Amino acid sequence: MDVVLRHWSAFTDGMTTTLELTALSFAGALLIGIVVAAMRVSPVPVLRGVGTVYVESFQNTPLLVLLVLFVFGLPEVGVIFPLFTTAVIAIALYEAAYIAEAVRSGINTVPVGQAEAARAIGLGFGQSLRLVILPQALRAVVQPIGNILIALTMNTSLAAAVGVVDLTAAANRVNLLEAQPIPVFVGAGLGYMAVCALVGLLTNLIERKVAIVR
Amino acid sequence: MSTSRVLFDEPGPIARRRIRVATVVVSIAVAGLIALAVRRFADHGQLDADKWRPYTTWPMWRYLLQGVRATVEAAAVATGLSLAGGIVLALGRLSPHRRFRWPAVVYIEVMRTVPVLLLVYIVLFGLPHYGVNLPLFWKLVAPLSVSSAAVFAEIFRAGILSLDRGQREAGLAIGMTRRQTMWIVVLPQAVRRLLPSLVSQSVGLLKDTSLGFIVSYSELLYSGRILATYNRLLIQTYIVIALVYIVINASLSKFARTLEARQGVRPAGRRRLLGFVRPRPYVAGSPHLRARPEHPAPQSEGPEPQNKIPA
Repeated sequence: MDVVLRHWSAFTDGMTTTLELTALSFAGALLIGIVVAAMRVSPVPVLRGVGTVYVESFQNTPLLVLLVLFVFGLPEVGVIFPLFTTAVIAIALYEAAYIAEAVRSGINTVPVGQAEAARAIGLGFGQSLRLVILPQALRAVVQPIGNILIALTMNTSLAAAVGVVDLTAAANRVNLLEAQPIPVFVGAGLGYMAVCALVGLLTNLIERKVAIVR
Repeated sequence: MSTSRVLFDEPGPIARRRIRVATVVVSIAVAGLIALAVRRFADHGQLDADKWRPYTTWPMWRYLLQGVRATVEAAAVATGLSLAGGIVLALGRLSPHRRFRWPAVVYIEVMRTVPVLLLVYIVLFGLPHYGVNLPLFWKLVAPLSVSSAAVFAEIFRAGILSLDRGQREAGLAIGMTRRQTMWIVVLPQAVRRLLPSLVSQSVGLLKDTSLGFIVSYSELLYSGRILATYNRLLIQTYIVIALVYIVINASLSKFARTLEARQGVRPAGRRRLLGFVRPRPYVAGSPHLRARPEHPAPQSEGPEPQNKIPA
C-alpha cells in the first residue's frame, strides 16, 4: 500500500475527476431520461417515435463507441468541446436511455386509477404527467435508478480509454511508473467499491424515505 | 403500455388539432436538427461522395465483417464462460454451507462494483509483471467473463428464488437429493424463466467486447480504429461501426423481447403440468398449443428457447 500513499495526490485527483464525471453525467442523464420517458408515453405519435429511436440507438451502442465517436469524430465536423465535457455529454446521452426505460417502467407501476382521477378533474396530459404520475413514478424507481447510477460510476472509467485522467487512468499511470500492479489496482478498485457502496447506501435511505407502500 | 394509454383520452376534435400541431412542430424541429447536422457535415466536406464511397465496397465490408465475427466470437465465449461461472456462483451463494456461501458473496459483491476496464488494465499491465501473458483473445475475454459472471450469478439467484418453493419441496419429498432437486427440478425452470434477462445481459457483454479497442484485439471497434488510421475517415468509420452495433444488438434485444412476450402467453399452471407429462412441451406446433386458438402456437418465430441455452 506504500505505493498508493506515495502517489496519494494522483489517486485523489483521479477520484475527484471520477466523481465529477459521475455527478455531472448523472444529472444530465436524469434530465434527458425523464424527458425521453415523457416523450415515449405522450399522445403525439412523432414524439413517441423519436423517444423510441433514441432509446433503441443509445441502448444498443457500446459506450466506448460513443466516446470514441464524440471525442475523435466530432472535431472532424467542427464540433469541438474540451475533452472532459465531451466525455460527460457522451456518458449522459448513453445512460439517459437506461434512465428513460427505468422511468417508463415506473410510470407503468402507477395504478391506472391515478391517471383516470387526474383526467377526471380536468388535468391535461402534461399536467397529469407532471403533477400526478411522474412524482409517483419516480418514487417507485429509486432502486433501479440507483443501480443505473452504480453502473454509470463504473462506466465513467471508459473515459480513461479516450484520455480523461480519472481514477482508472491515474492507477494505470502510477502502475506504469512503479510497476506494482497489485497494490495500485486494488487501491483503485477499493475507490470504486467505496463510491458504489455509498451510492447503494444513499439509494436505500432515499427509498425508505420516499417509497409508496401500496 | 396500459397506463400510457390511460394518460390521455381518445382525442376529441380539439385534442386532435393539438396533436396535429404538435406533430408538425416536432417534425419541423427534428427536420431542423437533421438539416443542421447535415450542414455541419457538408461545411466540413464530410459529406463528399468519395468520403463515403469506401463503405459501399465489398473489401471494406469483408474487413468489417471479420471484425463482427471476432466480436461475436469473443462475446459468445465470454457469455458461455460467465454463464457457467454465474451458475456456480449462484449455487454457492444459495448454499447452506458457509464455506461455499461466503466466497461467492464476496466475489459477487466485489466484481459488481469494479469497472471492467480496471480488470482489463490488470490483465494488460498487471499480470505480465508476474509472468502471466495471456493470448490477445483471452486478454479481452478473461476480464469480461470474470466480471459478468457476477452479474449472471445475480440473475440466476433471482430466478431460482422466484421459483415456487413447492417445486423444491416436491423434489425433496419424492426422495431426490438436494443436488438432484436443484439440477433436475429447479434450474431448468429457472433458466427458462430467465431467458430474456440472460439474452439481454449477453447484449451487454457484446457491447463490452468493444474494449478490444484497448486490448488491440481486432474486434469491430478496433478494426474501425485501424481503418480510420489508414483512410483518415474518422467520423464516417465510427458512424458505420455504431450502426453495425445497433443492428446486431437491436436484433438480439428484439429476440429477448419476443421470448419475454411469449412467456407472458403461457399460463403458469399448465406449464408446470405439461412439464411433468412430456419433457419438451413447447416444441413449435405441438398439439397442445394448436388445440387452443387463444394461445396461438409460436410456429414461425425462430427456434424454441430451450434449444438456445448455451451449454
